[in-house]
Amino acid sequence: MIRDITIGQYYQGDSILHKLDPRVKIIGTIIFFIDIFIINNICGYALMALFLAMEIKISKVPFSFIVKGLKSVIIIMLFALAFNLFLTQGTVVFSFGILKISKEGIRMAVQMLFRLIYLILGSSLMTLTTTPNDLTDGLERVMAPLKLLKVPVHEIAMMMAIALRFIPILIEETDKIMKAQLARGADFESGSIIKKAKAMVPVLVPLFISAFRRANDLAMAMEARCYRGGEGRSKMKPLKYKGFDFTAYFIAIIMLVIAIFSKRFNLPFENF
Amino acid sequence: MSIILNNVSYVYGQGTPNEVKALDNINLEIKDGEFIGIIGHTGSGKSTLIQHLNGLIRATSGEIYYNGQDIYDKDYDMKEHRSKVGLVFQYPEYQLFETDVFKDVCYGPKNLGLSQKEAELRAFKALEMVGFPMDSFYRSPFDLSGGQKRRAAIAGVLAMRTEVLILDEPTAGLDPKGRDEILDLIARLHKKYNMTIILVSHSMEDVGKYADRLIVMDDGHVRFDGTPREVFKHYKELEEIGLAAPQVTYVMHELKEKGYNLNTDAITVEEAKNEILKFYKEKA
Repeated sequence: MIRDITIGQYYQGDSILHKLDPRVKIIGTIIFFIDIFIINNICGYALMALFLAMEIKISKVPFSFIVKGLKSVIIIMLFALAFNLFLTQGTVVFSFGILKISKEGIRMAVQMLFRLIYLILGSSLMTLTTTPNDLTDGLERVMAPLKLLKVPVHEIAMMMAIALRFIPILIEETDKIMKAQLARGADFESGSIIKKAKAMVPVLVPLFISAFRRANDLAMAMEARCYRGGEGRSKMKPLKYKGFDFTAYFIAIIMLVIAIFSKRFNLPFENF
Repeated sequence: MSIILNNVSYVYGQGTPNEVKALDNINLEIKDGEFIGIIGHTGSGKSTLIQHLNGLIRATSGEIYYNGQDIYDKDYDMKEHRSKVGLVFQYPEYQLFETDVFKDVCYGPKNLGLSQKEAELRAFKALEMVGFPMDSFYRSPFDLSGGQKRRAAIAGVLAMRTEVLILDEPTAGLDPKGRDEILDLIARLHKKYNMTIILVSHSMEDVGKYADRLIVMDDGHVRFDGTPREVFKHYKELEEIGLAAPQVTYVMHELKEKGYNLNTDAITVEEAKNEILKFYKEKA
């Protein structure tokens, strides 16, 4: 149940996508997000789908594994779909009582659905092919210019690294605690929402106590090794760009150019 | 009246690249009133095995019967089953959550739908059974010592009136005195209340001393199943799978190699002592 969440998980592999510099992947993903919000016609979305499909193929991550990540956000997607469908003003196509569906509403809803799906697929592809350590290293470098604005970049990256490191530990711990309480006859599945929430108390109390204990231990262990923050700290494996990293940047820029121009040209299905 | 496992297999992470076969065709019968020790190194499948017994993990294939009933039947009452086959996890910190020990022990019986009064009676009885000091009943479970926490955790399961008690490494992290106290408590539960005990442990000394039957797990298989005496005869094979027989077994074998004509069966220090004394008496 709780183990089905794949967002933020890493999938072991040795594809080109896995080997790319994390900075490329982060910036590439951001460019991809910009692409999907620029694009507003079906041709562009088809192109993006093709691009995503190719990336997934190259990454060698099973498609079913990526789709699992979509399942956990299905409710959010349905909400976004419903809001856009019913609350957009325009030429009314159907109406049931106060609920009106307009032509523009359908268009917006479909567009939002596509954008959300691409957003999730794109970002989970990044996290699936990047180890948490690489990801935070890359993020620290990408955000480095913010240091000029006195943003504690290293501290933010360290906090992220620790958070990511602890997600699997805490998930495993939750699983064990739930089992220990199930063994004492706990019931997490039946009853009303209030009853279900109450049933979680015997899980949350041991989980919080354990999380605080772990945080304490970790702080002590870091202090024992003289951790003093990012000042003058060097890296064991500094990030270095390789040939295919520049190729990847080049592809990302081309995609951005295509996205911008797809808006200008009058492509078929434009008036979907 | 027993637990029967028929061709039970379990695969972790089925369909992912990290697929691991944790249990492979396990066939076992656990009779009423037995004291069973399960040993195996980390990752041998022993924890997975015991979680099958009370239905926390569902076997990928195979059946499990409790008192002649298939526990995977649709209308089988799993909650009732878990109250009969009680499982105490390694760390009491995973289950203690209430503001005081007494309330925490009431949690199990209350989940069974019993009245407040009945739950309290059972909690009282369970705490008595584990020898929990009465003046600590209303202390916070988080202020207790390691040994006391473990007692509270065991009482929390016993309060459901278990018939089979499974303990996962109940002595991990305890000092020698605390360890002996917990093991004596388990032995007492077995004798006095005729409870079926399944004790998972790393320590050969512990299980050798208390259990009537040893099950040695290795790589998802049952490698040996017999009395401790029978199992420890295979001390060389045990070493191959990362385990070891009790130290006295080694002492007796080495003495025999040095030319002392001793019976090498001894599995406790007491038995070894008697055997050596017997040897000298016969000699004199």
